[in-house]
Parts: sequence; C-alpha cells; structure tokens
Amino acid sequence: MAKTVRETIKDLTRHHLLEKKSMCFGQCLTAVGWVGGTLPELYEDDGMVEVTTADVANGGFVVGAALKGIRPIYVVRYQGFQWYNAPIIVNYACKSKEIWGIPCPIFVRSIAMEGAIGPVAGSSHHSLFQRMPGSKIISPMTPNEYDFAYKEFMRDDDVYYVSEHRRSYDNNKEFENIIENGADFTLFPISITRFDAEKARIILKEQGYSINIIHQLWIKPFVFKNEWREALNQSKHGGMVLDDDYEEGAASSIAHSMMIDSEKKVYTYGLEHRTAGFHPDVDNLPPSPELIADRVKTIINK
Amino acid sequence: MKDFRLEVFKKASLCRNFENILYEKVQEKLIKFPVYLSAGQEFIAATISEKISELNISPDIFIQHRGHSTYLSFGGSIDELIDELLGRKTGCALGMGGSASIQCKKKNIYGHDGLMGNQVPIGVGACFASKCPTIVFVGDSAAEEDYCLSAIGWASTKNLPILFVVEDNNLSILTEKKVRRNWEMHDVAKGMQVKSFNISDDPLIINKHLQNVFDFPLLLNINTVRKFWHAGAGTDGENFDRYEEELKYFGDEGNAIDKYNKNLVLDAWQRQLEKQ
Repeated sequence: MAKTVRETIKDLTRHHLLEKKSMCFGQCLTAVGWVGGTLPELYEDDGMVEVTTADVANGGFVVGAALKGIRPIYVVRYQGFQWYNAPIIVNYACKSKEIWGIPCPIFVRSIAMEGAIGPVAGSSHHSLFQRMPGSKIISPMTPNEYDFAYKEFMRDDDVYYVSEHRRSYDNNKEFENIIENGADFTLFPISITRFDAEKARIILKEQGYSINIIHQLWIKPFVFKNEWREALNQSKHGGMVLDDDYEEGAASSIAHSMMIDSEKKVYTYGLEHRTAGFHPDVDNLPPSPELIADRVKTIINK
Repeated sequence: MKDFRLEVFKKASLCRNFENILYEKVQEKLIKFPVYLSAGQEFIAATISEKISELNISPDIFIQHRGHSTYLSFGGSIDELIDELLGRKTGCALGMGGSASIQCKKKNIYGHDGLMGNQVPIGVGACFASKCPTIVFVGDSAAEEDYCLSAIGWASTKNLPILFVVEDNNLSILTEKKVRRNWEMHDVAKGMQVKSFNISDDPLIINKHLQNVFDFPLLLNINTVRKFWHAGAGTDGENFDRYEEELKYFGDEGNAIDKYNKNLVLDAWQRQLEKQ
C-alpha cells in the first residue's frame, strides 16, 4: 500500500535528523501522538528539540540555528500560533539573504486543524507569511507533493512555509488536474479545499456542469502556467480560488494575479471574515463540497 | 594589568573617534538616515573583545542596533563600515544595513534587523545549534522584550556557553528605567539560574567578571552613559565620560593614541569619500 502523507513526513524527518544531522524544533513534540504521528520517536540527542512555551522566542531559536547552516525543521502545531511564531522568522530569516547575503533556510511546518478549536488555532494562516518578502509557501496534500516540498527546500536557501492540514495526513493518493474542453468553470483549490473541490466537481457533474480543477501546490511564488491560463480563458464563466485561509488573503492575491493575466473573472471562496467559535454552529471552516457547488452554480446562473 | 587596560583604551579610542567624526558627518547631512551612535558605551565592547583576544577564541557575536563600537572592537573593517553608512554595495551589510544592521562575516558578527532584542533568542538558538562560545549584546530597553527574557531562561536550561551583555544606559530613548520597570535584568537572570552581575563599565571591573566566561551562561548588566542622542546628532548634556577619565589616566600616551585614532578615522573617511 502506498505511503500516507503522515508516513512520508515521518520518514523525511527521520532522514533529516539522522542522515542530514539537522534539528527539528517545536513544542510538545515528544508528547503522546508525536504531532499527529508525523514525527519519528527521536529525542534531543538525535536532534528532536523540545522548546519552551514562549512562541516568539522559539521562532528566534530556530532562526539562530538556521544561521549556523543546519536547515532546521520548525513544527508549529497550530497555524494560528504563527501570529506569535512568525515575527523573528519573517523579519530576520526571510530578510537575511537580502540584507547580509547570509541565507537562513528553515522548513516551517505549519499545521491547520479540522475545526472545533476556536478563534485562534483553527484553519490555515499562510497569508500571514505571504505579505513579507523572502519566503516561499507551499501546501502539499499528497505524499509525493510533500516529498517534492522537502527536496525543493533542500536544494534552495529560502524559508519554506509548509502549509499542512491534519485532514491530509491519512491521504495516500495523488491529485491530477482535470481540464475539459468547453468547461463551464474552473476551480483553483488550495490546501484542504482540494479534497472538497473534487467532491464538489462530482456534485456539479451530476447536475450537468463541466468543471475544471487545477490544483494549487505553490502559494508563493505564484506562477500562472500557460496551460492554466488557457483553461481559465476557455471556461465559460471564469474561475474561483478556494482556500482554507481567510479569502481576503492569499486567495484574493492569486485571483487578482489571474485576472490581470487572463480574460476572465476569478472569484474567491475561503474562510468568512469573522471569528470562529468552538461549537459547530459558530465555527468558521473552509467551504464544504456542497457550499462550493452552490457558489459555483450561483456564479454560472447569474 | 596596565597592558590590558591600555589595549582596551586603544580599541575604545578608535570607537570614540569614529563616533565623534561620524557625529560631524551626520550634522553635515552627509548621512540622512537614523544613525545610532555608541560613544560613551565603547568600553564595554572594547574590554570584552580584548578579553576574548586573550582567550584566543572566536565567538559568534550577536550585535544590537547601536553597534558601531562592537563592530570596530571585534575587528570589523572601518572602510566597510564607512561604505555601509554611505549606502554602498561594498559596505559591510551590502549597503542595506545603514547604521543599525551592520555585520562582519569574517569576525562572526551577525547583523541586527531592527526588531528590538531579537538578537537574544537568535543568539541563543545559534549557540544551541553550535555549542560554541557566543556573545549577545542588548540594550537595557530591548532586554525587556518578552522573548529576550524567555531566551535567557532557555539558555540557562540548556547550560549554553553564552555571554549576555546588557548595555544599560538607563534610558529607552529618554524614558528612564524606573518609569518602565521596577526590576533589574541581573536579578531576573539570577532567578533563572544564570550567573549575573550588575557592574560599571570600568574595564578592570568588566574583565574581573569575565573569569570563566563561556563555562556557563553569564549575564553582565553593565551600567554606562551614552554620549549622544538615541538617534542622530545631538547630545543629552554634560555627563560622566569614561573615555575622558581613561584619557586622563594614560596622560601623554593616551593623547597620542587618541590623536593616532582620530587621524586613522579621518584618513579612512577621506579615502572612502574619494572613491565616490
């Protein structure tokens, strides 16, 4: 059976620590569960480093370690915690190469949850890193994509923000883009919305709509491939970027880039611009397959 | 002991003359961005660097934004510092660092990015990864940043070979320490099991407290008097001046060193300006 995303991350981490002699920093790494089972059972002597609960300082420790050339992995258990963890990473590590000619590569594993975890810790926050220069943002949802992200990082010298989602950890399948002649609409899903975009497509297909899906692995830098532009231009009603972050962030930025460089409107659909609560009635989650399908139909039938 | 004190004075003299002449350049509006002058505080870096030379080690140095004296004391190139202040690519920070973000790769001096005090956790992280001697300079105000405090705590937990130097001039711009807090850095560090001392910037006293440096985490809160404004060219009035005291102590020899360094700095400026 093919490896899952979880097993892939675990194997890569073991390789990074034991073969590359690097370090993996994070809070409560060795606690029960080992960060959703994504970490090998290694300890400080092996490079698995438990840091304090002081998030901002922890980001600084990792930057310092990166300056010494070890290419650390930094696990941030909830993407919302990046509001504390990001300052020294985005202000120092991301700028170090430009200011001082000293690369400071860090593999930031930033983990989004499935919901039910309130106003801070919930979904993705990759837009936070998108606003600052000097970082790359990638959101792998499959084993091969994760392997690719790690290898890209190892041959690069930038800070990598790896926008993970816990719901992808069990996944052992790969995604393929679906592009049809004369499609009604094109979806450009990011992160966990890629799974729900596939389901939404099936719903819409059953109702007679033809939908393209072009999966977005890279969030930054965003490169609008010719094939994607062509598919969008040939979509009768334009397209929509789907995201697990607030829709005014990376999704809007990518949609803007697409519209500047195409003949079609590109909509966005992500988290609503409101605070999430804990109870399902007040949570703020990425759009479900049904909601995606409804939104697409509304646009098509305008 | 006189030799040590004299060697420290030589370094301090270079720093003081550099800052005095830079002060004039700022007044002449040759430099139009904020400049953070370290005159008055130069004996701290000069003494520590002299001690490090004696020990024959090359620690990693994490500098603060007011770092010209640290840079020069630890052997940073004067020409590259001038080029940096002139915004040239040949500057020590590729013309990007201005006054606040200078560095020197050859001397393991890491630049500061402007996020006050973040050199403390960064220095601790570097020290943790390398396990090599590391020095972190921080002002008494930046030291209040929460991440500085937790970083000192983690350095203690991991028993790192690190020296924290708090350059304490009692001011955050012009806000006195007593307005900002009712505690002292050396007391906080002690509470975190870090060996800590509250001392003056007398070179002999600093040197005395550097025995066994890097055997364990050590924090020196060093009281000092800054000569110039927080940024730019201006003075806060007449204050105690360690440099004048040491100059008097060394008499004719001190005056000769002072003159030598003044000419050295003037020559460097002339040389670099002629490159334009």
